[in-house]
Amino acid sequence: MTQPWIEGRFEENVITTTVEQAINWARQSSIWPMTFGLACCAIEMMAAGASRFDMDRFGAGAFRASPRQADLMIVAGTVTYKMGSRLRRLYNQMPNPKFVIAMGACTVGGGPYFKYGYHVVKGVDLVVPVDVYVPGCPPRPEALLEGLMRIQDKIKGHKIARLAGANVGIKVDDELPVPHHSGYVEAPEEVSVYDHQKITG
Amino acid sequence: MMSGQAFLDRIKNEFGDKITGANLAAIDPWVEVAPEGLVEVCKYLRDQPDLRFNMLNCISGVDYFEPDPKKAAKLDWQPHLEVVYHLSSLPTKISLVLKVILPRWKGDRPGDLPEVPSVSGVWSTADWHEREVFDLVGVRFSGHPDLRRILCPEDWVGYPLRKDYEMPLEYHGIRGR
Repeated sequence: MTQPWIEGRFEENVITTTVEQAINWARQSSIWPMTFGLACCAIEMMAAGASRFDMDRFGAGAFRASPRQADLMIVAGTVTYKMGSRLRRLYNQMPNPKFVIAMGACTVGGGPYFKYGYHVVKGVDLVVPVDVYVPGCPPRPEALLEGLMRIQDKIKGHKIARLAGANVGIKVDDELPVPHHSGYVEAPEEVSVYDHQKITG
Repeated sequence: MMSGQAFLDRIKNEFGDKITGANLAAIDPWVEVAPEGLVEVCKYLRDQPDLRFNMLNCISGVDYFEPDPKKAAKLDWQPHLEVVYHLSSLPTKISLVLKVILPRWKGDRPGDLPEVPSVSGVWSTADWHEREVFDLVGVRFSGHPDLRRILCPEDWVGYPLRKDYEMPLEYHGIRGR
């Protein structure tokens, strides 16, 4: 018999928090990504959004088809020079605060097209500012979820202005996200864990 | 079906010196055609009742060029371009390869594209194939209805699949190399 998490523990009550925490919590729990699948990485991104990996657990499952409704651009796939200008335009159309995940080897640095490809941008950071790089070819959905959690950490570090004239709603870039979890997961006894699912280190 | 030699004799008889060479020993035997005779040869191959090459499988542009002078000295060919046409006849189930040999630049003036007459009037498939060869290898198909780049952006400079191609340093503010 497990205890319910929050039900029945409080009566009608008051919760104290700071505005900053409340706003950051709301923001990090509703990152709406833009549908930006360009190549094979898009398949993994779709897998991350589907029921097995379920990005909706992080509040990031609402893929928007319009940049104007999106907070996060997951650039999944090979960005060509022809696509570069479109990518930049879509990024400019997103409302602030906005974030970019470079997903996969091609977007991180050109990938297999780095040396002899004449058509691939050597890293999407030459086109738009990137917040989190997720390497892999393609990265597994877990890796994308990890990247998403790093974005959440970054949002958690936002400072909301306390003084007139301070940076309001501007990303504070020197605040590095601190990993908040050890990577250790306690598995219940009766659930069998396969070798490849065990978390080491 | 006629033998390769009989076929070669027949088109040589028909077109004379427009047929500049052939290789019947290769796995895919080919016939070399002069650029100025290409369209009439293609029309003939398509319309002869016993040949009926009614399908153009693909057009390829090949750049024979070795940028390293040491390696180039050992090669048994001179730098040139080839445009290769793979033809098939669906009714008679035979296939044929035509090659057109071109200089890398027209009159050896760099920047002046070599010219081949377009066969898009013979097979309409050739339209996009020729645009692709023009885009990536840099061959001008004279008489083509709409010779624009098909894959690269329209303001792209150079022909990327040429062996001596160099990436631009910058394309619209994005670093190239």
